[in-house]
Amino acid sequence: MSNDLYISASCVISDHVVFKDGQSIFENKESDLTGFLVSVYRHLNIQYPKFHKMDNLSKLGWLANEVLLQDSFDAAKYKPEDTGIVLSNASSSLDTDIKYLETTKDIASPALFVYTLPNIVIGEISIGHHFKGENAFFIFNEFDAGFIQQYVSNLVNNDILQCCICGWVELLNNEYKAALFLIEKDKSTNSVIFTKENLNKIYQL
Amino acid sequence: MDKLISDLKSQIIAQLNLQDTKPEDIGDDQPLFVEGLGLDSIDALELIVLLQQHYKIKLSNAEDGPKVFYSVRTMAEYITAHQAQNA
Repeated sequence: MSNDLYISASCVISDHVVFKDGQSIFENKESDLTGFLVSVYRHLNIQYPKFHKMDNLSKLGWLANEVLLQDSFDAAKYKPEDTGIVLSNASSSLDTDIKYLETTKDIASPALFVYTLPNIVIGEISIGHHFKGENAFFIFNEFDAGFIQQYVSNLVNNDILQCCICGWVELLNNEYKAALFLIEKDKSTNSVIFTKENLNKIYQL
Repeated sequence: MDKLISDLKSQIIAQLNLQDTKPEDIGDDQPLFVEGLGLDSIDALELIVLLQQHYKIKLSNAEDGPKVFYSVRTMAEYITAHQAQNA
């Protein structure tokens, strides 16, 4: 069944380099993590002021998704409930949890509190693109391509979703990696078959 | 009052992470919510924190919020009145 589905596009962000479909499209080794994320945002030339209010995990996931979909996603093909998001990571929202805990020693920050759940990343992406499909955020020790492939295949092959954005968005302190995949039923020019092996191959860029 | 308004604009930008906004972009009487700066409910909570952190003012009545946070000028007037009361 899984051979019916395709990875239409991918985005990997790690070590201050952004890859789209395996090709490096942006690099900024000079900045710290926060500065790097802002530089990617400026590079994409998107006006979305809410970006600046996000925590770093949401910024990373939101940016990876923008790169993933840019020139690769035909929104007109799908209804809002057709597109789902299935993400995973190892550290949940711990990066922001720790920062929020610090603020509680003085006056707790409402703006940080709202990011003390990992699935807020999914919310930020969904709000921006009006996606209303099934979504889930799983916590694993490491990227589990086999699980993602099976879980997303079930959703799409059972027509719960028509397409799915899935992958890994991990961030803790200054260590991070995002690897997102656009999964669709139709084969396109640069798509590859949605298999565990292909997910791992792209992830390991 | 002008100095307070100017300070408030900078503090609002810092507190709310309005990185693409400059103090001069915020009108003294411009509504802060919905049609003005487009702030949301979480921003409202952050403005309450701002009052506490910078001016040691706790908003005693939540129903005063929409009036107090209508614009930078109404915030400044509230702070000034509060400081005069406690002088």
